[in-house]
Amino acid sequence: MSVKKFIRERFFPHIWCQGCGHGIVLNAMLRALSALGISKNEIVVVSGIGCSARISGYVDFHTLHTLHGRALAFATGVKMSLPGLNVIVPMGDGDALAIGGNHFIHAARRNIDMTAIVMNNRIYGMTGGQFSPLTGYGMKATTAPYKNIDHDFDIAELSRAAGASYVARTTTYHVQQLTEMIKEAILHDGFSVVEVLSQCPTNFGRRNKMGGAVEMMESYKSLTTPIGSKAKQENPALIERGVFVQRELPEYCSEYNAIIEKLKKGTEK
Amino acid sequence: MTQNIKFIQGNEVCVEAALYAGLTFYAGYPITPSTEIAEHLAIRLPLISGTFIQMEDEIASICAIIGASLTGNKVMTATSGPGFSLMQEGLGYAIMAEIPCVIVNVQRGGPSTGLPTNVSQSDVFQAQWGTHGDHAIIAMTASSHQDLFEITVDAFNMAETYRTPVILLLDEVIGHMRERVFIPEPGELPLVERLKTAFKEGVDYHPYLPREDGRLPMSDFGGIHRFNVTGLVHDMWGFPSNNPTIAKGLMHHLIDKINNNVHEIARYKEYHMDDASIILVSYGCSARSARHVVENRRKRGEKLGLIELQTLWPFPMHVIRNRCANARYILVVEQNMGQLVHLVKMNVARPDKVFLCNRIDGVFISPTDIRNVLRVIQGRGV
Amino acid sequence: MSRMRFVFSGSGGQGVITAAIILSEAAVLYENLIAVQAQAYGPEARGGATRSDVIIDDQEILFPKVTQPNFLVCLTQEAYHKFSPIVRPGGTILSDTRFVTIHKKSDARQIQLPLYETIMNEIKKPIVLNICMLGAVVALTQIVQQDSILNVLERRIPHEFIEMNKKALDLGIAMGESQRM
Ligand SMILES: Cc1ncc(C[n+]2csc(CCOP(=O)(O)OP(=O)(O)O)c2C)c(N)n1
Ligand code: SF4
Repeated sequence: MSVKKFIRERFFPHIWCQGCGHGIVLNAMLRALSALGISKNEIVVVSGIGCSARISGYVDFHTLHTLHGRALAFATGVKMSLPGLNVIVPMGDGDALAIGGNHFIHAARRNIDMTAIVMNNRIYGMTGGQFSPLTGYGMKATTAPYKNIDHDFDIAELSRAAGASYVARTTTYHVQQLTEMIKEAILHDGFSVVEVLSQCPTNFGRRNKMGGAVEMMESYKSLTTPIGSKAKQENPALIERGVFVQRELPEYCSEYNAIIEKLKKGTEK
Repeated sequence: MTQNIKFIQGNEVCVEAALYAGLTFYAGYPITPSTEIAEHLAIRLPLISGTFIQMEDEIASICAIIGASLTGNKVMTATSGPGFSLMQEGLGYAIMAEIPCVIVNVQRGGPSTGLPTNVSQSDVFQAQWGTHGDHAIIAMTASSHQDLFEITVDAFNMAETYRTPVILLLDEVIGHMRERVFIPEPGELPLVERLKTAFKEGVDYHPYLPREDGRLPMSDFGGIHRFNVTGLVHDMWGFPSNNPTIAKGLMHHLIDKINNNVHEIARYKEYHMDDASIILVSYGCSARSARHVVENRRKRGEKLGLIELQTLWPFPMHVIRNRCANARYILVVEQNMGQLVHLVKMNVARPDKVFLCNRIDGVFISPTDIRNVLRVIQGRGV
Repeated sequence: MSRMRFVFSGSGGQGVITAAIILSEAAVLYENLIAVQAQAYGPEARGGATRSDVIIDDQEILFPKVTQPNFLVCLTQEAYHKFSPIVRPGGTILSDTRFVTIHKKSDARQIQLPLYETIMNEIKKPIVLNICMLGAVVALTQIVQQDSILNVLERRIPHEFIEMNKKALDLGIAMGESQRM
């Protein structure tokens, strides 16, 4: 399956470091879109600021590269105007949950139909390795030189509690699963969150003695397990992969349109 | 009673005018004294199949209208001091990405939460310099409901003409006061619609390549042309670039498209200016009190005149320079510690003849306040 | 005409702001006059004393605030204490007999009317006190025709409440007429 037709070759080479997980996410996203057969004109990719957010520039859709943390708010304006479009919002963990945390929970609460892909590398990659809300206790970052005392979020739990109607998690090691999840998320009518553990060898792996990209990806294999697996019961430290939430809830644009339709009928009478 | 006469608050006039101008999308977060704008649009927009959305904060509000503008809507948000501060990053984005939008700031006292329900005009500089980096901006204001209607329509027109955010700098007095307004018939006021590219599908469309006249035709998101929009310095494709020539060219384009058109953008009114030797310069609600004084003094034969500025940014230097050349004194009337007064001083031959009459206590400046300052200037004591 | 400057005051919920708006709408929409209406917002507008200013004239009105009313309406004692000192010498203060006890000394003409009592006896709904007060104001000042007020009421008020409001207006007009000089 060629995803080349979705690429803006003019804008290459990309800015990512060798071994960065973000390229794998790009690939999976394009495979999902290709499999779904959606026309390029019906896809809008909105992103914020960060290494991850650069994804929007490389793809031949309607692309909006916005402000750090605010992608979901811009995307809400696009989606409310043209609910027929497929809106995909790739975000870094800092972008989505530190500076953009408020927009994240409110987009989830509204259950507005868009797909948020959180590329969780547990670090601020673009600015050179400061800790993010996903870095985790005891890790090192340039701004946590004596080890981090901030605890991290569980993105899946947070999304569920905020009202997202599709929530899934996987890693860049599990590319097939990632592609399937992005597909499902795009098809899902409501706010969908796909969290992808995506390695940043440059600014997270190196500093935390996790080795290079290969070692980090291997750790995604050994440190994660399918949701509800026996392995998880035996080793609670394992990170679960899979679909956490998939529920039917009223979608925001449809709800708004229902009001408009009702008013139209009211005035016709 | 004529259908077209209304007796409404300034905030509602702004709503009527925005709808007249073609508003179809509003996002906002409630804040006094601007809230009535949101409340009225929450009722009105769904009735015309437009979109009203209350966002989680002002940051999200300005971002949402930018997104909506890109799909082809005429868009607006409204706020006041603290919310306007939160919008500054988004405002810069709209300037850089050249997104037409209207941002209403019904000013109140500050800094911080300040005087939420009292009048102030202290965001004049914030409107121009609140967002970071070099840039040009259009900011407009009005002192009566009839003018407010026209200026609001103008704001939408200029946003389209120059592909830029336009700030409507209102104040608590105008926003809350009720006064008569005639709503023009459709077609009575000219409207500028979005300039869209004529390029067909398959033809390379460069979203950031200005035409010969400097204007940039747009293509709606979701339409036949796919392109990138970014807040980074970008080339004609809308793709990020560090190229110094591109960076310099873009900066000149963004500033020149506004500052080189200051004559077109400048809106102002003059009262009794032909032989005026004492000139009052004012804007917004303060201009009402200033005009009150000028009209009364004229009846007594005193040669007072008034320049009421409706465009504050780009600052209409030519108006001040030309019209104040023969003034004995110039008195700037505004409700802040002195903002516009600096610009007036910069644009006259004798800055020492420029004085400030202000109020900063949340109380609407009165004709008496102005008369008291005039007495001092004229050496008659208080 | 000479400029009329009104201050309507009372407590939140008494509808003094609505009355002020109705009066100005009647002047602007049905009598081709000029009017401006302004009101206090924020802490001042919560509970305590509410205030709304109205200026009516046939000339352009520039300064929209009232510093010295020719006509002051007070529907609470607190409002009376606060605003009675600002009335113009020779102006009028209209207050409700039940809610306000008046001071003896004032340069204004003081009119007390049993607005509340009459409403409670005749209509039994305190909600129309403001319209009754407006009737008295119109009768005393002759600033607009009664019909103009009726026109505004018919536009603003749901059909089922029109009769009650008309009755309140008439009661107010009758009380006002009795005091006209
Ligand atoms: C308002 C604002 N604050 C700070 C920054 C600087 N900044 C740019 S990217 C970034 C963090 C990016 O981290 P993340 O979102 O996790 O994405 P990554 O680069 O790791 O993919 C920061 C702090 C900014 N651009 N804007
Ligand atoms: S810094 Fe990290 S996240 Fe950014 S491109 Fe390099 S590896 Fe990827």
